[in-house]
Amino acid sequence: MTDTPDAVGAAADVVPAGAPTLPVVDVRSGMFGSSGSGDTSGYGGLVRTIEMPAPTARPFGGWFDEAADELDLALQEDGLSLDRAVEAVVVDRGEITFHVRPEHLLAFVQRLRDESALRFEICTGVSGVHYPNQTGRELHAVWHFLSITHNRRVRVEVSVPVSHPHVPSIVSVYPADDWHERETFDMFGIVFDDHPGLTRILMPDDWVGFPQRKDYPLGGIPVEYKGATIPPPDERRSYSS
Amino acid sequence: MNDVTYEAAFDDGGSATTEPPLTDAYSGSYDTTEGRVYTVTGGDWDTVLAAAAGEKERVVVNMGPQHPSTHGVLRLILEMQGETITEARCGIGYLHTGIEKNLEYRTWTQAVAYVTRMDYLAPIANEAAYCLGVERLLGIVDDVPPRAQLMRIITLELNRISSHLVALATGGMEMGALTAMTNGFRDRELVLDMLEMITGLRMNHAYIRPGGVAQDMPEGGVEKIRAVLKQLPAQLDGVPTLLVDNGIWKDRTAGIGYLDLAGCMALGITGPVLRSAGLPHDLRKSQPYFGYEKFEFDVPTTDTCDVYGRFLVRLEEINQSMRILDQALDMLEPGPVMVADKKIAWPSQLSIGSDGQGNSLEHIRHIMGESMEALIHHFKLVTEGFHVPTGQVYAAIEAPRGEVGVHIVSDGGTRPYRVHFRDPSFNNLQATAAMCEGGQVADVVGAIASIDPVLGGVDR
Amino acid sequence: MGIEEALPEGIFLTTVEKAAGLARSHSMWPATFGLACCSIEMMSTGAGRFDLARFGMEVFRPSPRQADLMIVAGRLSQKMAPVLRQIYDQMPEPKWVLAMGVCASSGGMFNNYAIVQGVDHIVPVDIYLPGCPPRPEMLIDAILKLHEQVEATKLGAHRQKEITELEEAALVAEPTSAMKGLLR
Repeated sequence: MTDTPDAVGAAADVVPAGAPTLPVVDVRSGMFGSSGSGDTSGYGGLVRTIEMPAPTARPFGGWFDEAADELDLALQEDGLSLDRAVEAVVVDRGEITFHVRPEHLLAFVQRLRDESALRFEICTGVSGVHYPNQTGRELHAVWHFLSITHNRRVRVEVSVPVSHPHVPSIVSVYPADDWHERETFDMFGIVFDDHPGLTRILMPDDWVGFPQRKDYPLGGIPVEYKGATIPPPDERRSYSS
Repeated sequence: MNDVTYEAAFDDGGSATTEPPLTDAYSGSYDTTEGRVYTVTGGDWDTVLAAAAGEKERVVVNMGPQHPSTHGVLRLILEMQGETITEARCGIGYLHTGIEKNLEYRTWTQAVAYVTRMDYLAPIANEAAYCLGVERLLGIVDDVPPRAQLMRIITLELNRISSHLVALATGGMEMGALTAMTNGFRDRELVLDMLEMITGLRMNHAYIRPGGVAQDMPEGGVEKIRAVLKQLPAQLDGVPTLLVDNGIWKDRTAGIGYLDLAGCMALGITGPVLRSAGLPHDLRKSQPYFGYEKFEFDVPTTDTCDVYGRFLVRLEEINQSMRILDQALDMLEPGPVMVADKKIAWPSQLSIGSDGQGNSLEHIRHIMGESMEALIHHFKLVTEGFHVPTGQVYAAIEAPRGEVGVHIVSDGGTRPYRVHFRDPSFNNLQATAAMCEGGQVADVVGAIASIDPVLGGVDR
Repeated sequence: MGIEEALPEGIFLTTVEKAAGLARSHSMWPATFGLACCSIEMMSTGAGRFDLARFGMEVFRPSPRQADLMIVAGRLSQKMAPVLRQIYDQMPEPKWVLAMGVCASSGGMFNNYAIVQGVDHIVPVDIYLPGCPPRPEMLIDAILKLHEQVEATKLGAHRQKEITELEEAALVAEPTSAMKGLLR
């Protein structure tokens, strides 16, 4: 989608040149589901860019800098570095998000668990998010980690295209992620490579489609009342925002 | 007459040529990288077993999804050798409601009514986690009035008591201690009366809303809660007197469902199961929210890592919740229960109108006669909802079963873009295999009861 | 079934109907089919305060083979639907179904891909009980209405006549979508 060079320029030391822009997620036009001529309210011509918080430049503030430095040092022992493993770091609303490249995810996560200064013992699970208009990075897998020792939380996000939705599974490092990865596969179709048993967990085994993707319909039916029929929630008029 | 040959649904050495196809509309089978996957819906169980190559001494038993002691529609697939379990697996998804997808079509406040029905034994906890997340996204965490925070804590702790009582009651019933069930539910009714007095409903309250709470404490409410707090300890004494240090109960629970600290850490277990392994980890203490740092309470732990330990932890947590309630009632000061920003605050307080439902007459008089802005705010908030700036947030609170975390992504609109609930029961059920394998069938019931899963939260 | 099928219409059949109705309604045993939140209210109804034992119903039979009444308490997901049908099929006649809660009656607030929009898509329902969840008192009210229905059940030749009458009435009844003017 459209690039916003200012946002990328601010974090140029973390995001290598030419990398797809993180913040812009969608460009939406119109409101109330109307478009084209015939809509005289004027809202039909509305164009809005949906932008997620931009990558942050150093210093991040608080304990985030120290954690990022520790990670950098630790990753160098694996022959990587923070800049190579991570596309961007977003610090927003008191939380830090590392956008990690899929191929370096396992190394990153292993260091999160094993380094004594980091010690993120508990993986609270993976969740998927689908941004259908962010071409090339539609499916995001988001992990949250909790360190009981240091009383901290961190978020790790990996983006993959819908055409090749493969992410390495971290079950070998965090066995707790087993069912969460199965659920993310079930709901979004993100395939976790090397998962010990990636099958559907919430939907019946032979279900077709990935329900929580944005292009999968909500699947409701119209409801009949006395003298009227109300369409299902995804087909009603709405403030499309 | 039967001269039609059927194609075998799978290869089992050619014996299927004269039998009808083994697939039907509900139970097919297909190949995966891990082998052949069969969908079994009952009735065809023996066909599947015949096809799956296995040793003759091992028996595969299916417990559930309809079973009196599986805490809801949980399906346990147990491979047993005699009475000993060699492999235990959980089949879940029988209560999958698609709540997370449904939330994407509702406004931020309407979502509370959906979110409350996930873990239906601790509805206030679900709402609290969700609203904490929305408030963090809005940036109004510090603007929520203190009275609203106290009302949240009061209802959260009342919910914790009622949820632990159900855990003890159903756990006792499943292991044969039926008096625990009758006593537990009797005591729970007192607590539900208090929740009904405050929120209007016994369950699925939709009480905590982004910005505050929906209703203020009614007249005389504080006195009624204090009276119940005086009455409860004597009544609650029934279950401990019966079961603590009871030889039969200890035989069935001590040493059963063992999961030590390393196991808990590996499986990401939180809640009473983790506290029974000796680690006093409680989010109310380590990452306090809603003002919990002002309260004095202990985090009970045991170090036996078994079902008995978890039972003791839950009993003690009820006592600590009552302690918190006492302090919260003392701290209540008059004030608003919704955030001051009128563009976010849920506009009205409900009361019984002439037709049995509706807004309070004062509120209607205000919006119709006194303030145009109030009318506009009311209209916009109810029909459109408020806008939440873009971003994502993860908010976690200590629910009765462990850490319930919410990952909320907002795209700047009036509806959530993505809400994912990290339900503690979903995570904790993964410990079933670790707890049950090597033990006996009867112990599976106890182990699952000690994890205390609520399938609404597991399947969402 | 039995003697009641062979009896001719008349006062003897009426007496048999009354006796059978009394016997069936006064000790109707529910099958445990608690799915979600409504099951907790069902358990509360069976507990001490809203005692179901006074209606002869406190024995919730885990085995459907020993149960008369299936209270479908909670939302029925697509994955659970075959299980529901199987449990219903395993119950011996006479059996009744009470759809407890809005999710069981009509899909409730969950109008989506995962929930069956009313268990009457899967099993025939005798009583629909709205509520989210319905209070224990509401559940008891529904059960008592079901008891009245069961006590008034006609058997044999009377039942055949009743079925014909009901069918003729239903054929000329006004459909829901045509009942205009009722939304205030």
